[in-house]
Amino acid sequence: MKQIIKFSLNGESIEVEIESHLTLLQLLRDKLELKGTKEGCGMGECGACTVLLDGKTVNSCILPAMEVHGRTVTTIEGLTDAQGNLHPIQKAFVEYGAVQCGFCSPGMVLSAKALLDENPKPTEEEIRHGIAGNLCRCTGYLQIVQAIKAASGQ
Amino acid sequence: MKKFDYLKPKTLEEALILFSKYGEKAKLIAGGTDVIVMIKQKTMAPDILISLQGISGLDQIKFNGSLSIGPMVTHRAIERSEIIRKNFSALADAADYLGSVQIRNVATIAGNICTAAPSADTATPLLVLGARVKIKNLKKERTVSIEEFFKGPGETVLEPGEIVQELLIPKLLPNTGSAYYKLQRRLALDLPLLGVSVLLSLDKDKIACSDMLCTASPISTILHKMEEDNIVCKEVRIALGVAAPTPWRAVKAEALLRGKELSDELLEEAAEAAATEAQPRDTIRGEAWYRRDMIKVMVKRMAMKSIERVVQPEATVFPERLW
Repeated sequence: MKQIIKFSLNGESIEVEIESHLTLLQLLRDKLELKGTKEGCGMGECGACTVLLDGKTVNSCILPAMEVHGRTVTTIEGLTDAQGNLHPIQKAFVEYGAVQCGFCSPGMVLSAKALLDENPKPTEEEIRHGIAGNLCRCTGYLQIVQAIKAASGQ
Repeated sequence: MKKFDYLKPKTLEEALILFSKYGEKAKLIAGGTDVIVMIKQKTMAPDILISLQGISGLDQIKFNGSLSIGPMVTHRAIERSEIIRKNFSALADAADYLGSVQIRNVATIAGNICTAAPSADTATPLLVLGARVKIKNLKKERTVSIEEFFKGPGETVLEPGEIVQELLIPKLLPNTGSAYYKLQRRLALDLPLLGVSVLLSLDKDKIACSDMLCTASPISTILHKMEEDNIVCKEVRIALGVAAPTPWRAVKAEALLRGKELSDELLEEAAEAAATEAQPRDTIRGEAWYRRDMIKVMVKRMAMKSIERVVQPEATVFPERLW
């Protein structure tokens, strides 16, 4: 069954006709061609597909696309400003070498953003707790934690 | 992934009508963190999903001595609720341990108990808190205790057409503390090897050795000191997850403590009884002997944590972390 949903995506309101069984991840990558959001495990465990729904992190691979109707979605593409400048969290990730293969980075950055929006000066423990849903198989997390700390101005 | 239709009723009535109309072909979906995974793993194959997310008012937490939790309350909301953290701490612990932030932002408490995994994080806290589950279908409402609610792994008392409408936790005795511990192989996104919840109601809220509670002193030393205080355990509940086919209460262990003066030996004895009563299995996550041994350790520790929360309520709102 096809249905029309309307929602705000990276600041623009969009209307799209979708099959009702699509996940948000399929909608973003396959229909809207936003390839920044990654598919890792596909089961809500690795966090590579993390996007923000009304400012809160969700695993888009297990979120029915139908649920975003009337809501606000932010993907990694929505983090840069109008001139294409990187978000301060992204800059910190680059500066601290928190990116190796890069597959976890979009999700990791968005989890960091949600964390800092809620808690602007997190402790290291709070940072680790905040990104616990994002697996990184390269960095050992140390640089990521440092980058988030730096982005919070600490 | 299998194709399905997705319906989003606006009221509970509408949802009940749809659910009874489509019967076996339809499944309810709350946060979907279990349902969508099960569809992807092909352990569930509904033709229709009925989403409860469009119904307003199901995500309320209400407190006036007793607590009412709407079925669509997320684990994140529970974890963040000051009321639940202070008064029903074991439940806040469990919500904080569950999955990851991403999962907790969408996964709901009713979803957690309806999936009825033996490992469900919120199950043992709800057991020690004496929760009741209000269930509704098109024709009638009924309320069952959380003990009756779980029937087996993945099985509940819910009949086709029934929806969990509310969770109710009755007013607790004064000087009550509770705590949940999730024994897991990694510190996030894991299923527990064991879930242990304890609730204790004491006859006093001040004890002479309360300063020792936050120290690194061994539990037995602290408890030994406590004996001088003559603390009587007025009520106790101990619940274990992944220690039997369903989350379950160690009533024999509870009976050893109820009405008695707390001591190191007595807690040891009760923890031992809980371990003996349990029926853990060998699984890929851990072996039965290890689970049994850890029941002994964790029941005692969670009892300590509960006491700590009575005498120092402001000191310990978060569960212990090892990082």
